Amino acid sequence: MIPAAFDYKRASSAAEAISLVSQYGSDAKFLAGGHSLLPLMKLRLAQPAMLIDIGRVKDLSYIKDAGKHIAIGALTRHMDVETSKVLHEHAPLLSHAAGHVGDAQVRHRGTIGGSIAHADPASDLPATTLALGATYVVQGPKGQREIAAANFYKGFLESDLAADEMLVEIRVPKMQGAGWGFQKFNRRAQDWAIVGVAAWRRKNEAGVALVNMGSTPILATSVADALAKGASVGDAAALASNEADPQSDLNASTEYRKHLASVLVRRALEDASK
Amino acid sequence: MTITENKTTNVIGTRLLRREDPPLLTGEAKFTDDLNIPGALHLAVLRSPYAHAKIKSINVSAALKIAGVIAVYTGKDLQTTWAAPLPCAWPVTKDMKNPAHYPLAIDKVNYVGDGVAAVLATNETASRDALDAIDVDYEPLQAVVDLEDALSDKNIIHNDLGTNKSYTWPLLVEDTPGCVEEAFKKAKYKVKERYVQQRLIPMAMEPRAIAAVPQPFGGDITLYSATQIPHILKVMTALTLGIPEHQVRVIAPSVGGGFGSKLNVYAEELLCMALARKHNTPVRWVEERSENAQATIQGRGQIQHIELAADENGKITAIRVRIIGDMGAYLQLVTPGVPLLGAFLYGGVYDIPKAYDFSCTSVFTNLTPTDAYRGAGRPEATFAIESAIEALAREMKIDSFELRKRNYIKKEQYPYTAFSGLVYDSGDHLTAAEKAAKLTDLAGVRKQQKKQNVPGATKLLGVGMTSYFEMCGLAPSRVLASLNYSAGGWETATVRVLPTNKVQVITGSSPHGQGHETSWSMIAAEKLGVAPEDVDVLHSDTAISALGLDTYGSRSLPVGGVAIAMACDRVIEKAKTIAAHQLECAAEDLQFVGGTFSVKGSPDRALPLAAIAFGAFTAHNLPEGCEPNLEAQVSYDPPNFSWPFGTHMCVVEVDAETGAVEILKYIAVDDCGIQINPLIVEGQVHGGVVQGIAQALFEEAVYDGDGNLKTSTLAEYLVPAACDVPPITTAHTTTPSPTNQLGVKGIGEAGTIGAAPTVINAIIDALSGLGVKSMAMPASPQTVWKTIQAARGGKK
Ligand SMILES: Cc1cc2nc3c(=O)[nH]c(=O)nc-3n(C[C@H](O)[C@H](O)[C@H](O)COP(=O)(O)OP(=O)(O)OC[C@H]3O[C@@H](n4cnc5c(N)ncnc54)[C@H](O)[C@@H]3O)c2cc1C
Repeated sequence: MIPAAFDYKRASSAAEAISLVSQYGSDAKFLAGGHSLLPLMKLRLAQPAMLIDIGRVKDLSYIKDAGKHIAIGALTRHMDVETSKVLHEHAPLLSHAAGHVGDAQVRHRGTIGGSIAHADPASDLPATTLALGATYVVQGPKGQREIAAANFYKGFLESDLAADEMLVEIRVPKMQGAGWGFQKFNRRAQDWAIVGVAAWRRKNEAGVALVNMGSTPILATSVADALAKGASVGDAAALASNEADPQSDLNASTEYRKHLASVLVRRALEDASK
Repeated sequence: MTITENKTTNVIGTRLLRREDPPLLTGEAKFTDDLNIPGALHLAVLRSPYAHAKIKSINVSAALKIAGVIAVYTGKDLQTTWAAPLPCAWPVTKDMKNPAHYPLAIDKVNYVGDGVAAVLATNETASRDALDAIDVDYEPLQAVVDLEDALSDKNIIHNDLGTNKSYTWPLLVEDTPGCVEEAFKKAKYKVKERYVQQRLIPMAMEPRAIAAVPQPFGGDITLYSATQIPHILKVMTALTLGIPEHQVRVIAPSVGGGFGSKLNVYAEELLCMALARKHNTPVRWVEERSENAQATIQGRGQIQHIELAADENGKITAIRVRIIGDMGAYLQLVTPGVPLLGAFLYGGVYDIPKAYDFSCTSVFTNLTPTDAYRGAGRPEATFAIESAIEALAREMKIDSFELRKRNYIKKEQYPYTAFSGLVYDSGDHLTAAEKAAKLTDLAGVRKQQKKQNVPGATKLLGVGMTSYFEMCGLAPSRVLASLNYSAGGWETATVRVLPTNKVQVITGSSPHGQGHETSWSMIAAEKLGVAPEDVDVLHSDTAISALGLDTYGSRSLPVGGVAIAMACDRVIEKAKTIAAHQLECAAEDLQFVGGTFSVKGSPDRALPLAAIAFGAFTAHNLPEGCEPNLEAQVSYDPPNFSWPFGTHMCVVEVDAETGAVEILKYIAVDDCGIQINPLIVEGQVHGGVVQGIAQALFEEAVYDGDGNLKTSTLAEYLVPAACDVPPITTAHTTTPSPTNQLGVKGIGEAGTIGAAPTVINAIIDALSGLGVKSMAMPASPQTVWKTIQAARGGKK
C-alpha cells in the first residue's frame, strides 16, 4: 500500500491554501482528514502530484449559532459534529448522522467539508445536509460564493467546486423542532450505507434525501411533494426512488436498492412523525 | 501416571492469563516485518491481472531504470533455479493430476494473482514503482470459473493434463454389496439436498511476511516467515531449492493468525530464498492486503450433494454424498486432501449403519488455489449433515431436535466403532444438546415464536441448532499413510529441568495466536510441581526445536501437549531414581507430590525436585550408570484422533421486509474433554464461532465470469467486526478423552464447525412459515430478501 510519489505543503489559513492550489493547478489536491483521499492514493487510483494539507487550518473548525442557521467550519471533524450541543438542539438529524459515519477512528479524522467536497453519493453527510436544505460557502481566488446543496452535486465524485476553490463553511437551517428520522442500512455496523435515508418532517413540510441511490446524493422531492399534498407516509414512501437511479453492486441490485429505499424512507418518516 | 491420579498442584483448569498478551498488546512482539535486517533487498511480485492468459512477452527495461531497482526476474529467468516445483504433500490417489507449479509463471498464467515477475530493490517504494513499469503482453484465454463448467472439460486449464479433473476419491462402506441402493429403495423418507460452500478468504490479521537471510560462512540460510509450519517449511524449501536440509534454519517470529492460510509453502518463500542466495544479500517481502486476498490460499469451495435415507421412525439408514471440490489453479501443500478430512464425517454424531457412499471429484479452476481453512473439510461435512437432517425433519414434519435424538450415538455406545472403521473414543451428545437447549430457553423461544411469527409480521424469530463431531488432533501416522499423506502426525517435546529448578519446554508445535506458551507451561507446571512462570516454552525455530510437525488441525494440545506430559513423566522417572539413590530407598517406595519426592509413610524423608535438579547438574552423587542432567525428549504418535463434540444453538430475528438477519443469542456447548485453561478454550470458541457466523452471513470471495476477484479489499470482503456479532454464551460438558493421559481434545476448529449451519438453520426456521426451505451462504440481506420473494412467488 504505497502511494505514488507526491509533494506536500501545509497551509495555515484558507487564503494560503487557495493561493497554493492556484499555484500548483490541477495536479494539486487539498488534504483534510485524508480518509477518502489517502485510501484512493494508496490503491494508486488517485495520484496527485501535490498535497496541500488544510488539516491544521484551525479557524475553520467551529460550530456556531448564526441565528437562522448553524454555521459549521469545513474542517470540523465528524466527532465534533456528532457531539455538538448546538447541533443537538438545532439540527439533531445532522449530529445523529455524523455519529453513523464509519468508526470512531474515522470520525476523529474525517471532516464534514472533506465529506461534502468529495461528493460521494454513498457518504452520509452530503445527503443529510441536502435533506436539511444546507448552503455551502466556498472560497476561491476571487472571494467567496454560496451554493445551495441542491445545486452542488454534479455527478459521481463531482461537484460545483472549481479546482482552485475551497469549501469553507456549511450553513444548516435550524430544524425548529421538526421530527426526523435517519436510516442507514448496511451489512456491517461500520460500513458505508447500502442505502441510507435522512428525513425530517414538520406538519406537511418535509425533506428527504437518499444515500447511495444514484451517482449523487438524491433529494427525494416526490416523497416530500406527496406528503405536502396529504399523502400517507406509506404512499409517499412508495415514491422514494422516483428521482433515484441506483446502480447494482455486490451488496444490492438496482431492484433491491429501490425496494430498500421505500422501506427505509417509510421507516424514517415514521420516526419523523412520532 | 495421569493427572487425576497424581494431582500435585492445581494449575490445570485455572483461568491463567495468557503470557503472550502483554507483548502483543503493547506492541513489543516482533513480527517478521518488524525485524531490522540491515541491507535487505525488498522483493515485489508482479501479478497477473488475467485469470487465464498466455504470456507473449515481458519487457522489464523501464523498471530496471528506476532508482533503487537492482534486478527484475521473469519466470523464464528463474526456470533453472528450482530443483522441484512447489510441493503438494497429499497425492490423494495414485492417478491424481498435479500440474507443475513454479514460483513465477513461465508462459501461461492461471489465476488473477499468479506471479509473473519478481523485482528486487533497495527500498519498498522503488520495488512497488517498478511493478507499474513492467510491460507484459498477454493473450487472454477463456477463464474457467464455475465448478460444473470445469468438470465439463469444455475449456482445459492445464493442457498437458488433458482434463480439469484432478482426482476422484471414493469412500464406499457397505455391509453387503448394494446395501446403500437397497436402503434408498426401502426408505420411508428420503431427502436430496445441494449445498454450496462458498470460497472464503482466511484474512489473517498479519498478512504473509518473509525474510531470507544468508549466513556469512558456508552457505547456510535462515528463513524468517509468518508461517504455521516452520518444520515442514524447512524440509520443503530444502527439497525445492536443492539446499542441504541442515543448512536451512526456519524461524517463525510472532505470527498474527493463520487459520490454515499459513500452513503452506509459498512461491514468495522460495523467491526470497533463491534470490537471497543469488545476490548473497538478505531479501524480504511483505504482502499487501489485496495481494493476500488473491495470492494466499482461500478456503472452502465445494458443491455438495447429500442424500439421506430413513426408516419410518426417522432412523437414518443410508447416506450418499457427492462432492465437487474446487482446487483452484494449482495444488498447494494439502489442497487435494481437504475434502478427505471431511469424508468420514458426513454421518455426523449419528448412529449410521454401514451404508455410506461418499465420493469427491476435485477440479481445477482459474481461481486462487484453495487449501486448508479453519476446520478444513469438517465444517463442510457438518454443514451438509446438519442441514440435511433439518430437511429430513421437515419432510417427516417432526421437530429436528427430536429427530436428532432418535439418531444420536448413545453415551453407552462409546467407545464407538463407526461405519468407517474409525473409533470415536468418547461422547455424550444428548447431554450437550440438552444443556444448549436449556441455555437457549428453547421452550420459551418456541412460545415467543408462535406469538411473533404471525402472517404479515415483519420481524420473524427462528432457532437453529447443530450437533457436531470433530475429527481432529491430526493425526495417527498410520491413518495418514492410508490416506496417502506424505508425512506423519506425531509431535515432539523436550522437557529440561535446569540446575536452578527452572524448566524449559521445547515443543514442535508452532503457535500463531493459540496461547501455547501459556498452556504448555501449565501442563509442565502441573506435572512437575513448579509454578507456571518458572516454565519457559521454546518453539518455532528449527535450530532450537529441531523436530516437529507444527500447528494445524486442532492437533497441538492432543498431540504436542500430550507429548509434553509424557516428557515430564520421563523426567520424573529419572528424578525418582536419583531421589531413591539419595534417600537410600527403593524407587517404588517414593511418591511425588507437589514437586517433592518422599518415602511413602515417612514424609520427612523427602527431596524436592529442586535439589534433584541441582544434583543431576553437579553429578556428584548419582546412581551407578545414571547420566547427568534432567532432560527427556518424546516423539508421540497419537493412537487415535481426538473427538471433540457439542451442540450450538442460536436465535435469530429476520426482518422480512429488508432481509436483514440479527442474531439475538448464540449458545455454544462444547466438549473438548479436560480443559487446560478455560479462558483460552473460550477464546478459541469465540473466534471460531465468529468465523462460522462470518461464513453464514458475511464472507464470500466473489469472482466475476472472467475470474476477477471482486472482493479484494476489506471494504468488499466483509470480515465482521466486534459490533457485528452477538454476545456468545459458552458452556461445556466434560467427557475426558480416554485416548491420552491428559484427557484432552482439540478446540481450535470447533466453533467454526458448529456456527455456520446453526445460523443458517435458524434463518430457515424463521422463514419456514413463508415456505423457505433453503438458504444460500452468505445469507446477505439481499440473498435473504430474494429467497423470501421467490418463496412468496411460489418459485424456488
Ligand atoms: C474505513 C472508513 C469508513 C468510512 N465510512 C464512512 C461512512 O460510513 N459514511 C461516510 O459518510 N463516510 C465514511 N468514510 C469517509 C469519511 O467520512 C471521510 O472522512 C470523508 O468522506 C472525507 O473527509 P476527509 O476530511 O477525510 O477528506 P479527505 O480525504 O482529506 O479529502 C477528500 C476529498 O475532498 C477534498 N477536500 C477536502 N476538504 C476540502 C475542502 N475543505 N474544500 C475543498 N476540497 C476539499 C480533497 O482534496 C479530496 O479530494 C469512511 C472512511 C473510511 C476510511
